Amino acid sequence: MAKLKSVVELEAYRQDLQSGQDPHWPVVRVCLGPGCLAQGADKVARAFKTAIKSKRLKVEVKPLVKETGCQGFCSQGTLVTLSPSNLFYVQVKPEDVPEIVDVTLGRGEVLERLLYSDNGARYRSAGEIPFYKRQQKIILKNVGLIDPLDLHDALRAGAYQSLAKALSGMSAKEIIQTITISGLRGRGGGGFPTGYKWRRALETTQDNPGEVYIVGNGDEGDPGAFMDRAIMEGDPHTVLEGMAIGAYALGARQGYIYVRAEYPFAIRTLNLAIEQARRLGLLGKNILGAGFDFDIQINRGAGAFVCGEETALLASIEGRVGEPVMRPPFPVERGLWDRPTVINNVETWANVPHIIDKGAKWYANLGVANSTGTKIFSLVGKVKNSGLVEVPMGITLGGIVEEIGGGVPGQDRFKAVQTGGPSGGIIPYEFKEMPTDELKLDKVGLQPRGFLPVEFKDLPVDFDSLVRVGSIMGSGGMIVMDDHDCVVDVARYFLRFLQEESCGKCLPCRLGLKGMKEFLDRFSKGQGAREDIDALESLGKALMDGSLCGLGRTAPNPVLTSIRYFKDEYLAHIVDHKCPAGVCRDLITYSINPETCNGCGLCVKNCPEACISGKKKKAHAIDAAACIRCGACQDVCPVDAVRVA
Amino acid sequence: MKKSQKTIESILAGYPRHPQNLIGLLQDVQAEYNYISPEHLALICDHVGAPLTQAWSVATFYKSFSLEPRGEHEIKVCLGTTCHLKGGNRLVETCERDLGVARGQTTEDLRFTLDTVNCLGSCALAPVVMVDEDYLGGANIRSLKKRLSKLE
Repeated sequence: MAKLKSVVELEAYRQDLQSGQDPHWPVVRVCLGPGCLAQGADKVARAFKTAIKSKRLKVEVKPLVKETGCQGFCSQGTLVTLSPSNLFYVQVKPEDVPEIVDVTLGRGEVLERLLYSDNGARYRSAGEIPFYKRQQKIILKNVGLIDPLDLHDALRAGAYQSLAKALSGMSAKEIIQTITISGLRGRGGGGFPTGYKWRRALETTQDNPGEVYIVGNGDEGDPGAFMDRAIMEGDPHTVLEGMAIGAYALGARQGYIYVRAEYPFAIRTLNLAIEQARRLGLLGKNILGAGFDFDIQINRGAGAFVCGEETALLASIEGRVGEPVMRPPFPVERGLWDRPTVINNVETWANVPHIIDKGAKWYANLGVANSTGTKIFSLVGKVKNSGLVEVPMGITLGGIVEEIGGGVPGQDRFKAVQTGGPSGGIIPYEFKEMPTDELKLDKVGLQPRGFLPVEFKDLPVDFDSLVRVGSIMGSGGMIVMDDHDCVVDVARYFLRFLQEESCGKCLPCRLGLKGMKEFLDRFSKGQGAREDIDALESLGKALMDGSLCGLGRTAPNPVLTSIRYFKDEYLAHIVDHKCPAGVCRDLITYSINPETCNGCGLCVKNCPEACISGKKKKAHAIDAAACIRCGACQDVCPVDAVRVA
Repeated sequence: MKKSQKTIESILAGYPRHPQNLIGLLQDVQAEYNYISPEHLALICDHVGAPLTQAWSVATFYKSFSLEPRGEHEIKVCLGTTCHLKGGNRLVETCERDLGVARGQTTEDLRFTLDTVNCLGSCALAPVVMVDEDYLGGANIRSLKKRLSKLE
C-alpha cells in the first residue's frame, strides 16, 4: 500500500474500493460494542465465521462477517444485522448461529423468534423499531456499520473526504469560521463554543509563534456514560479526521488522544487506526501532498477521574500527577509544555468532519438555537430499552425516556433522571411544587417559575435548559430512576465517588466533600435535624464558589438538586426515620411473605448471618434483630418473597 | 498471571529517555509484572531522568498502579451509577465474604485481587462484574458465586 500523494489519488483509491465491492454481497454485521461484548458477542461472531466456512452452506457467494462497533440497542444484545435484507436479529446467542446460517443465509427465510418484538408487534429491520425511529444518527452513522479495524471499510463509507475538502481549498480562517457558525459546543460537558476556542488558540500562536498542540479527551470518566468509547471503538477514523482538520486550521503538527485505562479495546482500535492512516499518508509527513505534517499519539490514562479535567489531563500527558491548575491561563493560551493547546472531547472532534462536509448552515439547523447538532446519550438504569442513542438537541426528556426508552419496565413508577454524572443533577420526572423560598437558589441556576416547564418530561434536553434546572448535559449519561431508588442514597453515592476521586489539591473540594458526605451518612441512618439540610446546602455552595477546578465546582449538583426537588424524601429520612424507597439499610427491615415463600431454603444457604430459619417447604422467617440487611436473601429468592419495609 | 516474558530492559528500550514517558513505562511494567517493584521503579526513574519522588507520587496517585504484587485472578465489581442502583454493593460484599478480603486487597495466597471500578461502560447489563477478562452481565449473588467457584 503506497502513500496517497494527493486528494485526487485519495478519491481514485476510494472509488476503486467502492466499485470493488458489490452492494448486494451479503454481509453479517455482529455488534461488538461494550454491551454486546459483555453478553458474548465475540463468540457469536466466531460462530458465524465457522458456520459460514463449513461446506454445508450452499450459496453462490459466502457472506462476509463484519465485527462492528456499537449498534446501540444494548439491552437486546447480541445484535446482528444482515444485509442486503436489512434483517435485524436481537438477543442472538452462539447456539442460534447455525440456524441463522442455514435458514436465513442459506434459504433466505426469516427466523421470527429472533426478531425484536414489543407489544405484539414484530419488527424486521432496526429502522422500524421505536428505539431507533426517533434517533438521528450523524456521528454514529458509521458506528455499527463499518469494521473499525479496517481503514478500507471506513474509506468506502466516506472517511477523510472532509479532510480532503479542507486541504484542497479551505483556508484556516474559513475552517474556523465554519466551525464557529455551525454553533458546535464542546460535548465533554461544559458546552464551551468550539469555534471560539480554536480562534483563541490561533490568535495566541500568532502573537507567540511556535508549536501548537491538539488533544482529544477520551477520558470518559462519568459512570454511566459510554458514548466516547463507542465512537473510538466503532469509528476511530472520524476522530482522527476531525483532529487532522483542526490541526490543519491551527497549524499543529502533533496531536494526542487521552483514553482512560478502562478502555483497552478503544486504545487498541485507535492505535491500529493511526497506523493504517499513516501507511496511506493520511497522517504523518506531507499529508495528501498538501505540505501539511500531523501525527497523533495515544496516551493511556491510569485510572484517575480528575484527569477528565483539561488541565489535569494535560499534566498527565506530560508524565506528571494529574492535578488541575488554576485557569486562566486557559490551555488555548498556555497548555502542553506551555504552548497553546486545543483540547476537545472526542465526540466534539467526531462532529468536525460532518460540519466541514455538509456546511455550517446545515449543522446549525439541526437541534435548537444555542445547542446545535445532535448529541449521543447513554440511556441506562430503570428503563426498558437501554443503550446508546443519538438525538437532535432540544428533544424532550420524555421523548428520550418514553418514546425511545420505552418507559420504566413493569409496574414501577418513573421517578427521576440523572444527567451529567457526578457533576450533574437529579431531575424529577414529574413536576414538583416547590415552596417559594426554594426560588432563592439562583446560584445553582434556578430561574423564576416562568422558565420551568409545567412537566419535566417536556423539558428540552439542551445545554442551557439542563443548567436552568440545576443539572448539566455532561458527557451524556442519562440514568433513569424509579420508585425503588432513593435520592438520598444516590446523592451519597456520588459524594463517595467524588471524595475518592478528588485529587486533594484544594481545600474546599478535599474537605468540603468529606463534610458533605458526613451529612448524608447521617441522613441515611435517620439521624440529623432539619437545619442540617440548610447547612448542607450552604456547604455545597461554598464548594461551588471556592473549588479550583470543575470537579469541585460541580460536585454539589447531585446533592443540591436532590434537596431542591426531593426535600420530602430527605425529611422522611431525618424526621420520620424512614427510607421511602427501601434502600438505606439502617432504616429498613427485611421480612418474608409467608404466602409466597415456598420454603426452598436458598435464602438460608446464602444468609451470611444465619438468621433465617424455617422448615423445608414451609414458609421461612427472618430474625430481624440479627439481620444485617445485606439483601442476599432478596437477591437469591426465586419467588420474590422477600419484602423490604 | 502470565509469565514474565519481556525483561525490564526491553520495556525501557521501547521508550525515549524523557520524563514524559514516565506514565507509559509504569503502565507497561504494571501490565507485564502485575505490580511495580521498588527496583523497577528506580530503573524507570534512571531511564526517563525523573526523581524517585516524582515517580512515587505518580505511582501512588493513579489507581492503575500497584506497588504490591496482585493476585492471579482479578475480580472487578462495577460500582458505576447503574450498577449501584441495581445492587452492585451486594456483589462486592459477597466477594468480600467469600474471599475473606476487603475491596482493594489481595488474598494472602496471591490468588485473588478484589477491586471495585467506577464504570465499565456496559451499563445496559448492570450489575456487571469482570472476572479477569470476562464480563459477567446481569450478575446476582448466585451467578457470581458460581463464577467464583469455577476459579478455585
